[in-house]
Amino acid sequence: MSESSNASVVLSDPGRGPSARSEQVSRPRSRFFAVGVGPVARKEFADHLSGLRFGILLVLIAVTTLAAVYAASSAIRAAASDSAKVEFAFLYLFTVSGESLPSFTSFITFLAPLLGIALGFDALNSERSQGTLSRLISQPIHRDAVLQGKFLAGLGVVSLALTALVIIVGGIGIVLLGTTPSLEEVGRLIAFIVVTVIYVAFWLALAQLFSVLFKQAATSALASIAVWLFFAIFASLIVGLIVNAVAPAGDNATNAELLRNAQLETTLNRFSPGTLYDEATTVLLNPSVRSLGVLVYEQIDRAVVGPLSFGQSLLLCWPQILALVGCVLVFFTVSYILFMREEIRA
Amino acid sequence: MSVMVEQDAGPDADRMPGPPLEIVIEATGLTKRYGQFTAVDDLDLSIRKGEIFGLLGPNGAGKTTTILMLLGLTEPTSGTVRVVGYDSVRDPLSVKSVVGYLPDNVGFYPNMTGRQNLRYTASLNRIPPKEAEQRIDTLLADVGLTEAADKRAGKYSRGMRQRLAIADALIKKPSILILDEPTIGIDPEGVRDMLALLSRLKTEEGMTILLSSHLLHQVQAVCDRVGIFVGGHLIAAGPVPELERQLAEKDDSEFEIAVVGGDGRPVSDEVLDRLALSLKSLEGVRDVTRVRDLITLRGRGDIRARVSRSAIEQGLVPVHLRQRGMSLDDIYDRYFREEASVGHVGIK
Repeated sequence: MSESSNASVVLSDPGRGPSARSEQVSRPRSRFFAVGVGPVARKEFADHLSGLRFGILLVLIAVTTLAAVYAASSAIRAAASDSAKVEFAFLYLFTVSGESLPSFTSFITFLAPLLGIALGFDALNSERSQGTLSRLISQPIHRDAVLQGKFLAGLGVVSLALTALVIIVGGIGIVLLGTTPSLEEVGRLIAFIVVTVIYVAFWLALAQLFSVLFKQAATSALASIAVWLFFAIFASLIVGLIVNAVAPAGDNATNAELLRNAQLETTLNRFSPGTLYDEATTVLLNPSVRSLGVLVYEQIDRAVVGPLSFGQSLLLCWPQILALVGCVLVFFTVSYILFMREEIRA
Repeated sequence: MSVMVEQDAGPDADRMPGPPLEIVIEATGLTKRYGQFTAVDDLDLSIRKGEIFGLLGPNGAGKTTTILMLLGLTEPTSGTVRVVGYDSVRDPLSVKSVVGYLPDNVGFYPNMTGRQNLRYTASLNRIPPKEAEQRIDTLLADVGLTEAADKRAGKYSRGMRQRLAIADALIKKPSILILDEPTIGIDPEGVRDMLALLSRLKTEEGMTILLSSHLLHQVQAVCDRVGIFVGGHLIAAGPVPELERQLAEKDDSEFEIAVVGGDGRPVSDEVLDRLALSLKSLEGVRDVTRVRDLITLRGRGDIRARVSRSAIEQGLVPVHLRQRGMSLDDIYDRYFREEASVGHVGIK
């Protein structure tokens, strides 16, 4: 509000009335993404990359996983005489645990949820508490562009980081092991990255849902972490309790009882996103895994032991992948419905 | 009790000089309920192109809810809103592309500079980057933030945030500007600057401006028309002098008179008391008080002619006679009291 009188050059020019402008804005709603996703996603992407939070997590993940891979490579070299392992030595870099450290994949299984939660828990409630949300949604964008843009930005950042990490690990692997990945191994690694991004998307969508649901960022962070801890630690304990209560298998249990017990346990465990992700990555990174869940002896009798092709592995873990994608869609839909109905007041 | 002012537009164009008046914001039967609570009750409102309309009322009167419905940010329970011909419920994007909005309690991304915040808004409005930079520079100069443009918005004072918010609302080159409590939290000088900017936008750009406030005297000067909003009802709307006149007609107003004797010299207290007593018996006069030379009357309608005649008949000469002007505060206060005592005053 300077006193200068020649200041206001801006503002409405008569030539471009509302009618001319509406053509750009009210495009048919048939498009997949809402109007305004692009700018929102770009801004959030830049925010994530320059933000301290993502940096800290990235360093944490990079350090732990690189250590894991280094440990794994020593283990692999020690066991290089094992012929089965040599065939897919490169993939073993990611799945084998060293003497004192868990494997690359177990670190990722543990830390990926944290990444998703960190990127999503304050997506909307921070906008609300900063007073930027009412400004944002009063721009000519669809309201769901805010949700979609933030979600896509989170996924973009995660994909970028994960791809970089796998390439770094691969490079180290080439040096340490002296082998190069085969085409199939590259394909499996790409599939691994995609599945991991989907797994992070699960937690991102959940955290984003909580950020719509809870007005306080701290509440939504706690709620997300509670869910994560529940699945990471308590879920398997509870499953064990339920299984032993419903289908007990004591010392002198019959085969049928044992089978029922094992099957129930597998089924219940699959309600945990971590289990789904674990199964999917196990299959993708271990060509020798031919089945998930319970197998009776008769089923593998006279089976020819050998690795599965990539396509067959993918087929094997397809349900797990779809289940994760389904969960993401459910979370996303719920947050969409909540957010669209919400009235934003300053 | 019937209402005093037709609150919209239509034929009373004689009061607004200039070309035919185009209505750019029109709400009909607008109602918003939250469960049992009615925030806005059957509101009819028309705002003409190029005017500054002040929506006045206490906190919680439904001003913000009305604004949200105008912008299509919340759905009315019933009624319709049209903003420059677009339906706010069905086509909010078109409405939002022509309306600049300054929300109550506005905020910015604290880690981004003022300029970056504006740039983001520009990108959301699909303004090409080059043009956006030009507009940002001009607007920052306009609101006096050029110096602070590259400071983080988190470090801005309340007044600076408010000014940045105005620039933010203007970046899309709106034809309508809606401001929710724009003067809150800024110092008197800042308020003056802001109101000056609003007047300039109106005269130079022909912009239509709707502002809400509970600080009446601040906005009184710039508003062409005001609407007084209490408890979800628009109980009166019109230009300030018009509201004043109508209040005077239906309610007591205050007059003051001072007299001298026929010889032009002050008269004794006795004479004044006699005059006061006789004035009290006049038609329309309710109450007369005398403080030294000044006699104050409360009465209904314009009683000045009767009062001065009465004084002259007693051989006295009125040297001072005026109706006490009502500030918007008085008007608002009256209407507010009325609403509180009578309950709901219908508008139609």
